[in-house]
Amino acid sequence: MTNSSVLDIRDLTVAYHQDGQWLNAVHDVSLKIHAGETYGLVGESGSGKTTLVLAAMRYLGSGGSIRSGEIHLGDIDLMSLTEEELRQVWGRKIAFVPQNPQSSLNPSLRVGEQLVESINPQGELSPREAEKQALEWCAKVNLPDPERMAESYPHQISGGMQQRLLIAMALSTDPDLLILDEPTTNLDVTTQVVILDLLNDLIRENEAGVLYVTHNLGVIAQICDRVGVMYASEVVEEAPTHNLFSQPLHPYTQGLIDSIPQLGDTRESIQLRAISGQIPSIGKSPSGCVFRDRCPVAIEICSTRPPLYQVGESRTSRCHRWEEIVNSEIDIHQPSPGRKPTQSGDQDGPLTLETNDLSIHFPIRRSLNEVFSRQPSKSVKAVNQVDLGISPASTVGLVGESGSGKTTLARGIMGLEKKSDGSIELLQIPLPEKLFQRDLETLRLMQIVFQNPHEALNPYLPIGETLQRPLIRLAGLSNEEADIKVRELLELVRLSADYAGRLPSQLSGGEIQRVALARAFAANPELLILDEPISSLDVSVQAAILNLVNELQSDHHNSMLFISHDLSIVGYLADQIVVIYLGSLMEITGPEVLFQPPHHPYTEALLSAIPQADPNIKSSPIHLAGEIPNPADLPSGCPFHTRCPRYLGEICATTTPPWQVDQKTGKRIFCHIPLEELVANQIQIDISSAAKP
Amino acid sequence: MSRFILRRLGFLTLTVLLTSLLVFIVTQWLPGDVCRIILGREAGQGAIENCRLELGLDQSLPVQYLTWLGNFLTGDWGISFSTGLPIYPIVMDRLRNSLMLTLVALIISVPLAVALGVAAGLNENKPIDSTVSVGSLSVVGLPEFVTGLVLIQVFSFGLRDLGLPYLPANSSIPPQSTFLEALPMLILPALTAMLVLLAYISRLTRAGVLEELKQPYVRTADLKGLPRRNVIVKHVLRNALLPTITVIAISIGWLISGLVVIENVFNYPGLGRLMIFAIDRRDLPLLQAVIMVTVLGFALANLAADLLYGWLNPRIRLE
Amino acid sequence: MTSFPETNSIETGAAPSRWRRLSLVVRKLYSKPVTAIGTTITVIFILIAIFGPLIAPYGENEILASEARQPPSIDHWFGTDNLGRDVFSRVVLGAREILVLAGVGTILAVISGTIFGLLTGYRGGWFDEITMRTFDSLLALPALLLALLLLGTVGQSKYSILIVIIIVYTPIVARVVRSVVLAIKPQGFVEAARLGGESQSRILFREILPSVLPTLSVESALRFSYAIFLVASLGFLGVGVQPPSPNWGLMVKEARVYAGLVPWALFFPALAISLVVIGVNLMADGVKRIIGSQGQG
Repeated sequence: MTNSSVLDIRDLTVAYHQDGQWLNAVHDVSLKIHAGETYGLVGESGSGKTTLVLAAMRYLGSGGSIRSGEIHLGDIDLMSLTEEELRQVWGRKIAFVPQNPQSSLNPSLRVGEQLVESINPQGELSPREAEKQALEWCAKVNLPDPERMAESYPHQISGGMQQRLLIAMALSTDPDLLILDEPTTNLDVTTQVVILDLLNDLIRENEAGVLYVTHNLGVIAQICDRVGVMYASEVVEEAPTHNLFSQPLHPYTQGLIDSIPQLGDTRESIQLRAISGQIPSIGKSPSGCVFRDRCPVAIEICSTRPPLYQVGESRTSRCHRWEEIVNSEIDIHQPSPGRKPTQSGDQDGPLTLETNDLSIHFPIRRSLNEVFSRQPSKSVKAVNQVDLGISPASTVGLVGESGSGKTTLARGIMGLEKKSDGSIELLQIPLPEKLFQRDLETLRLMQIVFQNPHEALNPYLPIGETLQRPLIRLAGLSNEEADIKVRELLELVRLSADYAGRLPSQLSGGEIQRVALARAFAANPELLILDEPISSLDVSVQAAILNLVNELQSDHHNSMLFISHDLSIVGYLADQIVVIYLGSLMEITGPEVLFQPPHHPYTEALLSAIPQADPNIKSSPIHLAGEIPNPADLPSGCPFHTRCPRYLGEICATTTPPWQVDQKTGKRIFCHIPLEELVANQIQIDISSAAKP
Repeated sequence: MSRFILRRLGFLTLTVLLTSLLVFIVTQWLPGDVCRIILGREAGQGAIENCRLELGLDQSLPVQYLTWLGNFLTGDWGISFSTGLPIYPIVMDRLRNSLMLTLVALIISVPLAVALGVAAGLNENKPIDSTVSVGSLSVVGLPEFVTGLVLIQVFSFGLRDLGLPYLPANSSIPPQSTFLEALPMLILPALTAMLVLLAYISRLTRAGVLEELKQPYVRTADLKGLPRRNVIVKHVLRNALLPTITVIAISIGWLISGLVVIENVFNYPGLGRLMIFAIDRRDLPLLQAVIMVTVLGFALANLAADLLYGWLNPRIRLE
Repeated sequence: MTSFPETNSIETGAAPSRWRRLSLVVRKLYSKPVTAIGTTITVIFILIAIFGPLIAPYGENEILASEARQPPSIDHWFGTDNLGRDVFSRVVLGAREILVLAGVGTILAVISGTIFGLLTGYRGGWFDEITMRTFDSLLALPALLLALLLLGTVGQSKYSILIVIIIVYTPIVARVVRSVVLAIKPQGFVEAARLGGESQSRILFREILPSVLPTLSVESALRFSYAIFLVASLGFLGVGVQPPSPNWGLMVKEARVYAGLVPWALFFPALAISLVVIGVNLMADGVKRIIGSQGQG
């Protein structure tokens, strides 16, 4: 590492003009990035991290303005440049990779042309030379068939390919500074890991400085050299990655690390500590230390603004009490939740929910052409022959990537999608197929919490009325009884009684999901389906919801189907983990043996791909070839055979695999490969020492 | 793309058929006995019977509809009640006049409207934007007969009173006029139509430009270091102008309504005046022919716009 | 996964009351000069329509033969027309005719369009298919043409104009409502209501309808201005309204013949139409802006 910095930001303050006053989105931030260094900026949404990186390029929207501070890019003083001069810097000196690849590419230009534009923004190269370089870059970021790729339009290629293209565009001018704004956040883990590895290789090659923005501590731990933690418009702590994870020097950093379950954590082994309270909205942070109203160790002095304390050579912290933290004199962990979640109730007895051979296919309308040429009608095969059982009072975690059919399966069970084949039994009674055929009692027995808090509650009904409805309609209470019960429900999800009179727009995302949970629990259902209930929430409020779910279940002994794309969360919460790929179940396993071979090859890839929030673990992720196939054109035999790294041969492509049961671990695996062979070839996945049982 | 074209064609056929059914029901069935209308109240029962037989009114409704539709498609549009002349040549002559006027109106308004909309969108909240916005909001509200009369006052009577060369207030061109002969008389009606179109198209173009400016790919283009001009032309306008094709197609519907009024303001012998004539005389065969021709024209304009849009939009072209 | 911004719930009180929301809307309508002007014009014309007979010094068809073709004066603010009728009185009394016809027509069209839109959007299936195809074929005729077709055949009277407005605008309103319903229907809170065993009428009117209202109010304001436009245009074309009705469009048509002699008889009704349509348009644009900004935050 050299001493020369590629980016040097000093005392930067950025504000937005709103209702006649300036609100700081970035307050007094300094940071330095050296050549060849990868600097991670971690923060939740609303922390100001995106504003900071846009300001670092002096690219702010109309409302935002840099109020004070300096930005140096190498020896260029960015603040002194005109817009014309800035355009000379953008692209060549600083390159930017955005968050949403889909919307960041022009839909009506061929991708080759867009790449050429980056290589040759002001037209100095000959078109032929630029095109040649564009094709080279396609190959460098491992895009298959560069010539054909260059001729494609963005909508014709997958999200992963689009992001590779944006990376190629950014690196093609050999910039001094590369800024990545959550570049893998919208991608699946198996795609994310391919992009991260690619980035790692290219960055090493280029010797550029990298500013990597993310909310994902795992990604930070795996690829960054140094980390800045951002909270409420300020950088509250900065440290080399190793030190940050081994001893955080700011209570917020500690809270962030504690609030997400790591791979290998289970609810018996570890308690999540949620950060109390909420992130202040922009311009509304408390005076003095911005974290003091959520801090477990805040004292009187914290009402004055802490300076940036220099700790040793390489660390800084904006906490007045950093010395006490270094000397371990105070405990900066958030208080643990009231009680330890326990294994809930008796799990024996007949299954609460059982599906047999359940398939859900959506027919695709045939065009006239196809009708005339007598082509068979096609359908999207979202869920295929699923056998799923949920025991009383137990939690089944269903994990799969986008497009795996996990949400369709849940909706099929609830009666929101029509099943094509198979049966669904609730408490051993077959469920009518259509929603309107189900009587009120059946409806009462099963409830669901949806993913998106924006749409979970009727924006025009007060919370009280929303909660009253299932009480009146399903539980058969009178209006007065329901009124009383609403207060109890609010208390159950830790909201005060006056929330009954509020409208959803007055609630935060976390609070809305609490209300949605309360509504689902209102009529005391036997089966509760939670469809990614926390994936839209900020990291620091996720833990509180997970704890609440745990607690409610252990009190009410409901059965639960918890759906997530995140294996760490499912592993933490579930009694049984079910892995789904392309509408078919791949593996059923207990959380305690999740890391032990044998694994289904898909589960193995999934496990290896998760970036773990522990810089000591250097994982060796398995890259899956190609893209997830179109569910309208399901591969024959094993649905995973087109991408399987352990492809056996013809049998995988022609014959449906058997369900093999491993005697030692009790795992059930949908695969042709003999289990002994899997055990012999697979290694135990390394998990954080703290999480080991 | 071929699938897209087929679907559009199918949709067009269905819509036109349904509309023709509607026109049939409203003009043939709702008004009651057509023979009574033709022959008048005093006609004897025998004459009425004869007439009904002659017009095929003794047959069932579906048969009547199919016969009517078949006749329409083969150009047999019948005889006008009020003039006793065959309808087809009259309507075709008026159609030609209306098309001339439409063409002139579109040629002068579309480029101007799009340019104004783009200028306003790129300069949001600046004076030019406010002027275009408020201007279009007020003009869009003025009925065509008001704007038409104002234009006549200014460019015809006003200029004449000042002793300057002036435009004719009356546009009743003789039958079979060539385009060049008609042109001077087309200017005022076309200007009136322009005001209506201008407001409508420029507002929607402005909205389209503003929408595109917010797109993340514009940021990508900026941060590549492209010159601002390139960003605007290649990234913003290319995407913003695509939907204006649809806007223009919709505005043709406006234009048709507007032209009915404008033709009556200026006494211009187009379909719109013919339509009012037919209504005044209760000449139902003439009315249905005029309406069907207009419907067909509007539908074809929409189809053309759809196809152009699909062809220019890679997401549809490469479906 | 996109994150949900954790906003502090600043307003911790109960949901604002209806009155407070109404006064908020009024205040917002008056926060931008252009919208304020539009709203004021609209309100003034509505007042004129209500109190017209109290304001007008003469009856709408009262002929003062000796005072024909008088220019504007103290006695006759807008002058008198070719027959000796007071133009000011006719313009004032015409406000009621045009606003009532357009207003009632719009309200009825909005009601029927909303019902169709809710049902087609929520139920889908063949009912949706047939209804929307029918509406499409109605929309294949530009509004004025459809009106002319109906008036030309069914017969010409005030009531037929009312029916025409309903038939012309129902499909448009239904389409707008339907598209909102289609966007709302798959949202969590609607599905939760279905899973909560709620009746269809409660889901339509209590769960879905409130989310449709903002769009619907913008659409209603727009429809109202088009309806005024349509009634005036029909008057000018002499279809549907017969002399001596004080329809402003008809007044313009009649006065054109004598424009050289009594230009004021042409000018004032034309001005009235222009003012009221521009006023309603500006107000509609303001409503749209307010509702748009509420949608964002």
